[in-house]
Amino acid sequence: MPAALALGFRDPVFDAQASFRAAMWALARPGTPCPLDVALAPPAPLAPEAAALVLALCDYETPLWLDAPLSAVPEVAAFLRFHAGAPLVGEPGEARFALIADPRAMPGFEAFAQGTPEFPDASATLIVQIEGFTDEHFTDGGFMLEGPGIEGSVRFGAAPLPADFVARMAANRALFPRGVDLLLAGAGHVAGLPRSVTVGEG
Amino acid sequence: MSAPQVGSMPDISYNFAYLDEQTKRMIRRAILKAIAIPGYQVPFAAREMPMPYGWGTGGVQVTAAVLGPDDVLKVIDQGADDTTNAVAIRGFFEKTAKVATTTSTTEASIIQTRHRIPETRLRDDQILVYQVPIPEPLRFLEPRETETRQLHALSEYGLMHVKLYEDIARHGHIATTYAYPVEVAGRYVMDPSPIPKFDNPKMDDCPALQLFGAGREKRIYAIPPHTTVRSLDFEDHPFRVQRFARPCALCGATGVYLDEVLLDDRGGRMFVCSDTDYCTTRQEEGHRGEMSPPARDAQEDAA
Repeated sequence: MPAALALGFRDPVFDAQASFRAAMWALARPGTPCPLDVALAPPAPLAPEAAALVLALCDYETPLWLDAPLSAVPEVAAFLRFHAGAPLVGEPGEARFALIADPRAMPGFEAFAQGTPEFPDASATLIVQIEGFTDEHFTDGGFMLEGPGIEGSVRFGAAPLPADFVARMAANRALFPRGVDLLLAGAGHVAGLPRSVTVGEG
Repeated sequence: MSAPQVGSMPDISYNFAYLDEQTKRMIRRAILKAIAIPGYQVPFAAREMPMPYGWGTGGVQVTAAVLGPDDVLKVIDQGADDTTNAVAIRGFFEKTAKVATTTSTTEASIIQTRHRIPETRLRDDQILVYQVPIPEPLRFLEPRETETRQLHALSEYGLMHVKLYEDIARHGHIATTYAYPVEVAGRYVMDPSPIPKFDNPKMDDCPALQLFGAGREKRIYAIPPHTTVRSLDFEDHPFRVQRFARPCALCGATGVYLDEVLLDDRGGRMFVCSDTDYCTTRQEEGHRGEMSPPARDAQEDAA
């Protein structure tokens, strides 16, 4: 007998609202992790924080792409199909949202929809599972962020991330107003890196 | 759930904040993209609301999508908390979301506004939601959406400068006084909604998150906190805000936006703060203007 489906939001209205608000403030203040405290126990390797964002933002209108570790587990697809109703697509370029469990092996941003000059909003949002954020008081390593939503500059660090992360984000920023937007989720928080942010070595 | 009583209206209950959850998700996705591309107008599938277009259906939908049970909502119309539009929308959310409401700018976590920015400086935990009639700043210069979309894509804003220049050629100064176009984060030219240009400087480097909703035109746009917002101008005709010759007649405030109130049919008039909460708070603090009623002590002395 197959295992029972993991539960979704306990309170679909208010849990979705709280998760959205965390994502909204995360993108409005790039690099400042917002608490995302939702009681979910999705099938591994899907993390609770990333699952909360998908359940809050995705539905039948938003094709969803899963990276290899997630798509290898049928329970993850079953969980997302049942609770979010989002169609799962095999081509990253067709997705409005992408869920990435292994950031080190994530495809290049150019594989995802980047919008058009007339409709830059028709681009993908990448929900990236990370293990944790670097403490705000660290002094070396990490990145320096600048851009809309940031007063001056802010130091930011998260792990794991691809080795060429700064170069990727610079190429993404160069496309502005086109480009992808990142929500980094993990350790009870979500941090936003919208396309408008400039990421420099710390 | 109690059984409906014979002869009485059935209990009508709404989903939290009126909108269904799929609509909220659609609006929330638009808000996230709007924040990621400051000043860009994101199309969204605006719904029919139980109020006519022009009464803030865009702002109401943005507020409904953002609102949570712990929020404290303030609604202003031309700066006032007690005008029809503000009272109706506040009542709408009291009924459909049962959230706390306030008239105090400092107590509010979400402020929905029609045509003003509060005088009190906003905080970084506040959200300002604007009601927008015509979101496209180029619309009266170029009526075709296909064309304005391309102009934005190419950041080709020469038309707007020509319009401002024609103001100067005709009037000797830039005569646009409200809905004065701004450039957001050095990229998109944006309509700040019909706020007086007096309020434009408050948008620049504002600590609060600013969201804009246009219901009939089906657009959402945003300015993240601490974003550069520049009012368009010329080197020899720099942007200037309105100045008022007299302070507020009721609280004596200077450097605030004043409304003209006619007092009779013989030319009598007074100028008072358009922001009613700001004016009331100042009066409670003891500030007085030239037309304030006599202070209580003085009244007692005279008696």
